[in-house]
Amino acid sequence: MFEIFTRLADWTITDVLALEPGTKLADAVHFFVEDTTKIFVLLVVIVFVMGLFRTMLSPEKVRGYIEGTSRGIGYILAVILGAVTPFCSCSSVPLFIGFLEGGIPVGVTMAFLITSPLVNEVAVVILGSIMGWKMTTVYVVTGMSVGILGGILIDRFHMERWVEDYVWKIRMGTMAQAEVDGSVTGRVRYAWGEVRDIVGRIWLYIIIGVGIGSALHGYVPQELFAQYASADNPFAVPVAVLMGLPLYSNATGIIPVAEALIAKGVPIGTVIAFMMSVVGVSPPEFIMLRKVLKPQMLIFFGVFLTISFMMVGYLLNLIFA
Amino acid sequence: MKSFKVLGSGCKNCITTAKLIEDKARALGVAVEIEKVTDMAAILGFGVMSTPGVVLDGKVVHAGGIPQPDKVTGWLEG
Repeated sequence: MFEIFTRLADWTITDVLALEPGTKLADAVHFFVEDTTKIFVLLVVIVFVMGLFRTMLSPEKVRGYIEGTSRGIGYILAVILGAVTPFCSCSSVPLFIGFLEGGIPVGVTMAFLITSPLVNEVAVVILGSIMGWKMTTVYVVTGMSVGILGGILIDRFHMERWVEDYVWKIRMGTMAQAEVDGSVTGRVRYAWGEVRDIVGRIWLYIIIGVGIGSALHGYVPQELFAQYASADNPFAVPVAVLMGLPLYSNATGIIPVAEALIAKGVPIGTVIAFMMSVVGVSPPEFIMLRKVLKPQMLIFFGVFLTISFMMVGYLLNLIFA
Repeated sequence: MKSFKVLGSGCKNCITTAKLIEDKARALGVAVEIEKVTDMAAILGFGVMSTPGVVLDGKVVHAGGIPQPDKVTGWLEG
């Protein structure tokens, strides 16, 4: 099904650019053409299809679903809904306050906020088509587990005292449900709007991601990774996570980089730990969350994610060794 | 005079939304007043969690993203 992209890349190298197959440049160009075309085509298709159903799932509705459920179910529901509900990261603050106002525990709310950037339906489909379903399942399951564990710890240690006081005083008005055009044309128009919006927002991350992936693929020798990033080196996982922290990319943009790393023989745990660290922790989001969380909570949040990504890395390297 | 409020934390999408309404209003020759609401208590007071949201004459007409241009035209002409 995806062979067409490989053929397109073959054709670009041999017929359009007349490069010698097997050279470093040809390898890099092949990777770039194949991944960019494949990712953009998939992206448009998935976002469009999801856009048709998007009106069925908004953060306002998610709050309604989680409200009143028991804690245990709340965590699980929160991470599943976090994975499939898209929202602009600038909404995290009102979303956080809105969830708390609805009586949802802080831990359940944080579980939702942790999982949301880490796992999303677009990245899952693209990850599956590029790296296979084993890696995808492992990624989704570990991502959701980190969200659930974070939530449980936050509630267990009563960290709600580290939420800014004014947050508890905010009273929310009647939940607004903006009118929706439910006709077929209305939905199609809305879905195209989503495609334009999301592609416009993340295309640059994808190009940069594929660019880095191509460079790794074509120019960095395998021995370099074998020497420094193999499972035998106990520092490889922490270094990968620490390198990923200040970097930020959308989940879709990091996939080509991960693909190139896996192809170079970097162990799966190290690669997943790196991906999560790049995608799950972003400096802008921390600055935004400071509006509602006291510094102690932010420190816990950052340290918890860093440690769990490292644990994920070691654990998976052990399992898939 | 139509009174719009754009609800949002001041992120890029919120600025784009306010500008979209302003540009459309100018193109259609409709007099509007646009206010950006960044206070979280006020935003949640309108019952909006996903920003940007749009309030027209006191009523929430949109939430959770940049509105479609023809939706904006609809508000201005309606």
